[in-house]
Amino acid sequence: MNHLSYLFAAYSIIFVAVFLYVILLWRRQVRLEAELLRLEDEIRELARKMAPPEDGGASAT
Amino acid sequence: MRPSLGAAFAAAGCVLVPAALFMVFVYVPTEASQGIVQRIFYFHVPCAWVAFLGFGLSAVAGAFYLFFAQQVWDDIGYAAAEVGMLFCTLVLITGSLWAKPIWGTWWTWDSRLTTTFILWLLYAGYLLLRAMGEENEQVARLAAVVAIVAVLDIPLIVISVRLWRTIHPAVLVTRSGEHGLEDPRMLQTLAVSMLAISALSAWLFWLRLKTLRAKSRLFELRRMLATAQAIGDGAP
Repeated sequence: MNHLSYLFAAYSIIFVAVFLYVILLWRRQVRLEAELLRLEDEIRELARKMAPPEDGGASAT
Repeated sequence: MRPSLGAAFAAAGCVLVPAALFMVFVYVPTEASQGIVQRIFYFHVPCAWVAFLGFGLSAVAGAFYLFFAQQVWDDIGYAAAEVGMLFCTLVLITGSLWAKPIWGTWWTWDSRLTTTFILWLLYAGYLLLRAMGEENEQVARLAAVVAIVAVLDIPLIVISVRLWRTIHPAVLVTRSGEHGLEDPRMLQTLAVSMLAISALSAWLFWLRLKTLRAKSRLFELRRMLATAQAIGDGAP
């Protein structure tokens, strides 16, 4: 390896590492956002089921 | 958290990184004794700077977390340590690539290299702890203590070239108290590289913090859901 190769390797490694880290973060973020949306929907659905009927339960009698 | 902050860091990085690369490869003169390989220095030193900054922020956030017990401090500490670890790894790799043609070896147990490697090991332990602990509050507190203890290695790294015999150059502040960059263009290139890598690391930190905040929200929602389900199951 001549000196230019060491220089090229050093700068390449820096940018490849940063690029891979950004890809990793982006994938984590996409997965988390999908999971968040799913959970928020689940909570809304549960809250709707648990809420008392709008007529205060009068129609049940 | 404002999305414009992340965009500002990204925009700064997009301008400063190409500018720094132009200065490193075109503008700055070649150093007389080491030749072209000395240009590794212009990104090697800024990587060390942001690694120290990341670990320092992690320790400060750890102290705040221990004191205030707010999740946001834990997330800041974790994000800063991870970004610091990325740049500390790059410092060791680029340093090794610089050492081989100049010292004739990839690695030597020199005082600065050894203390930097110890710092890397300490934060590797911190990240392993975090990876195992998920949202465990006790693990978060223990990690905060590790971050505070580990950061004590940084002053030792900085002064190691003055305290012990070493082959690592003391470029920024030499033993005589001056900086070792003879041409003003070298100092200008280093300054722009510092800004570029700082902007890049700030953007990465912001991205990581965003994922950690989303994760914290996820755990919070899971807890809410479990509570709501328990109430629903117990209801007549």
